[in-house]
Amino acid sequence: MARIGVFVCHCGENIGRTVDCAQVAEACGSFPGVVHSVDYKYMCSDPGQLQIKEAIKEKGLTGVVVAACSPHMHEKTFRKAAAAAGLNPFLCEMANIREHCSWIHEDRARATAKAIDLTRFIVEKVKRNQPLVPISIPVERRALVIGAGIAGIQAALDIADGGREVILVEKEPSIGGHMSQLSETFPTLDCSQCILTPRMVEAFQHPRIKLMTYSEVESLEGYIGNFAVTIRKKARSVDDELCNGCGDCQSACPVKKIPSEFDAGLGKRTAIYVPFPQAVPNIPVIDRERCTRFKAMRKGKKKEVCGRCLKACGREAIDFAQEDRLITEKVGAIVFATGYQLYSIGEEQPREHLSGYGEYGYGEIPDVIDGMQFERLASASGPTGGRIERPSDGKEPETVVFLQCVGSRDPQKGIDYCSKLCCMYIAKHTMLYRHKVHHGRAVVFYMDVRAGGKGYDEFVRRAVEEDGAEYVRGRVSRLYRAGDKVRVCGFDTLSGEPLEMDADMVVMATAIQPQPGIESLAQKLSVSYDKSGFINEAHPKLKPVETNTAGIYVAGACQAPRDIPDAVAMASAAASKVLGLFSNEELERDPCVAQVDETTCSGCFHCERVCPYGAVEHLEVRDRGGNLIKVIAKVNQGVCQGCGTCQATCPSKSVELLGFTDAQIFAAINSL
Amino acid sequence: MKLGYFPGCSLHATAREFDESLRAMAPRLDLELDEVEDWACCGATSAHNTNHLLSVSLPARTLAISEAQGHESLLAPCAACYSRLAYARHALEADPSLCDPVKDAIGREPPTTVQVLSIVRLLADLAPRIREKVATALDGVQIACYYGCLLARPAELNDVGSVEAPTAMEDVVKAVGATPVVWNQRLECCGGGFSLSRKASVVRLSRSIVEDARAAGAAALVVACPMCHLNLDFRQKAIARRSGERADMPVFFLTQLVGLALGMSATELGLGRHYVSTADFVARLSGQEGAAESASEEIKEVG
Repeated sequence: MARIGVFVCHCGENIGRTVDCAQVAEACGSFPGVVHSVDYKYMCSDPGQLQIKEAIKEKGLTGVVVAACSPHMHEKTFRKAAAAAGLNPFLCEMANIREHCSWIHEDRARATAKAIDLTRFIVEKVKRNQPLVPISIPVERRALVIGAGIAGIQAALDIADGGREVILVEKEPSIGGHMSQLSETFPTLDCSQCILTPRMVEAFQHPRIKLMTYSEVESLEGYIGNFAVTIRKKARSVDDELCNGCGDCQSACPVKKIPSEFDAGLGKRTAIYVPFPQAVPNIPVIDRERCTRFKAMRKGKKKEVCGRCLKACGREAIDFAQEDRLITEKVGAIVFATGYQLYSIGEEQPREHLSGYGEYGYGEIPDVIDGMQFERLASASGPTGGRIERPSDGKEPETVVFLQCVGSRDPQKGIDYCSKLCCMYIAKHTMLYRHKVHHGRAVVFYMDVRAGGKGYDEFVRRAVEEDGAEYVRGRVSRLYRAGDKVRVCGFDTLSGEPLEMDADMVVMATAIQPQPGIESLAQKLSVSYDKSGFINEAHPKLKPVETNTAGIYVAGACQAPRDIPDAVAMASAAASKVLGLFSNEELERDPCVAQVDETTCSGCFHCERVCPYGAVEHLEVRDRGGNLIKVIAKVNQGVCQGCGTCQATCPSKSVELLGFTDAQIFAAINSL
Repeated sequence: MKLGYFPGCSLHATAREFDESLRAMAPRLDLELDEVEDWACCGATSAHNTNHLLSVSLPARTLAISEAQGHESLLAPCAACYSRLAYARHALEADPSLCDPVKDAIGREPPTTVQVLSIVRLLADLAPRIREKVATALDGVQIACYYGCLLARPAELNDVGSVEAPTAMEDVVKAVGATPVVWNQRLECCGGGFSLSRKASVVRLSRSIVEDARAAGAAALVVACPMCHLNLDFRQKAIARRSGERADMPVFFLTQLVGLALGMSATELGLGRHYVSTADFVARLSGQEGAAESASEEIKEVG
């Protein structure tokens, strides 16, 4: 027979003002099964909790109902008190008579009646509660970081410095990401590579970081603390054990005119290449799409062609026969840090809802470039050695027009959001340009300048006041070629007049977008993303680096446009979350998870289809002779989040959510 | 294919050759044109500046009659007519509260099914058929396709591809073997309806169009709008007086260019009605000695 204790809290005036708590306690005392019912001003205070503990012991309570605030607020407090008195904590529950009653009603009599109903509801449920024990899951204390840009490198270093092993996966041949392409960084104008390269080397040499470049995540199984990730190590065609990075193969390669990805198409590379001189690891890779030998092999030619790199290599490291390898690693946590790419103004778009800029000639004018290309022009390691030369004829441009918000904040082109960094990097570009071309004009077309950040607005002011950047408030409607110039047709909204000018070069601050393919990776990891493809954080304010899947964290520009300081801060936050998770050998989890009744499950797997977390597995039931009797559903308790969708879906009522069984819920409803 | 046909006022007046060339060309492309009975003015330029209900009701009436005649698609060759008719369909769909007042105004059910077609869209869709039937290929002839303002804009009425970089007219030009030139002014304004009231503005605007087409190496301009044709053809003499160049850039309606490629005569296509002579262009097409003279004879006759 149930012996339930009811404890009604006044919450000072919060509940007591509207609800007659003494009357609630009195009414609850008469419910069948309730042996103890009291009210008190602050149940969550020490004396309040003491009352609960004492009642459990003295009255031999089998269940506790605290009628007070939301369980989000104090369920943990009261369950801890119950446990201290020897009661299973899952036999203690709360009736919410504050948020659900006193705060939203005015009529005292009716509010009191409702509070009694709410409490009766929970009393009926608690009568049928079963003691539950938290699930403990062993934690594999190694982390996987996907993406080795500045965010991934920072997260990996922080986790590794915290004493845990990290696997750092990068799909490109070198780590470093976009930061390695930048010339100088705002708002201090310090050299990007100078501050990044030491971090890259540190990551490479760290004893607890296992670097996997030219690799991609193939698939993921498991759950928090116990992921099994399969990584595709793409064939480099170069043995990374034998290669010493001498570069002889690159000098020998006859295919020399491939647009370099690192130089944003402005420079050239060979078919066997290291993306840039400071690459980590300094091991080349053969671009099989463009290598003469592989091209011939694809065409089915039997004769082995070219092979000059093979001959040039003194260490016999070239391996044309190398194949992709699949490697499986066990990890306990994952940091998603795949970064961004720039929006293309061309006709071809990676996502269906986007369209390019026909009015800018779809970027077919050679002297119209994007921000990353300007970074390479301005960079000392770039294709021009840091001289500002325009792509069409190599002349030094006398007038450079910069366009902000190309793609960004333009719903017609499919992007609603602000890309956040462009205002700053365009200001930086005008300064870099004016520092190199003293007599040049730098004209910026802007919608408004968003320079929120430490030292940011001062930086933009410096560009205008000290470096003479001319800011024109307005949009550019068209770009076209006029002789060897680019005609810029725009509108100055401050003077209210159309504006036409000829530029030698136009730089466009194109929108920041997530990497192509991020959607499929997010699906593999069961992580949600928004309509633009950016990864969703679990809570926009309070859980900025967690995702909706436990054990997977997010950092950097794959979550939203982020500049370097933001990306680094997020990466360190994600790393600290990972280290927090790894501080225990075992993980305790709420036992309110789904459970399948093996005797009645018919194996229809409706539950598997509706489960948003992929928690339903197949279980083969065999007789003693080992013969298969049936295949039924089994819920992986580590993955289940206790949403109850399977319970509502099961046609044979074979799934129960522990703590929220049908019997409990129906009894509670029937009490009303 | 049977199509509803809305000529509008221009094709019965200043742009008669647009109507003639379209009617002449249609059977060769297996098109049957069924003119809307008792059609009324589309309301272009004046109605939508004065009365919104009138600007929707005028084209809605024509569209409703077209539907009653059983047309699935209604061809409106004039760009301004196309714009008004397409706008009426769009406005009635976007704002159902317009239906009752429009019904009252026109005394019949507002249109709900008929699809408004521009000549550019129609010919672009027929490009494969045109390519098959080309008799006189315009191989290598450089053509500047001029869209003007109403064919591509506003975005929700556009049926020629992208608003900022449409390609439908170029597709037609390619189908007849000619080469569309890359030029800058194909979407700029020619001055439109200001041809009479602000001649100087029209000459200034149209001049930059003709000059840009010439600079890009075009042998002719192609248009699909009577107003554009008027400003670029009729006003070319005035343009030439300003620029000091000769008024020698022929301006064709798209239907005329397709007609030429299908092997039709200058007379059939109404080429004699132009102010800038098309004789040299036509003569070069046939590529015969003395053809220029005979072509110009033929064209004179008509003119």
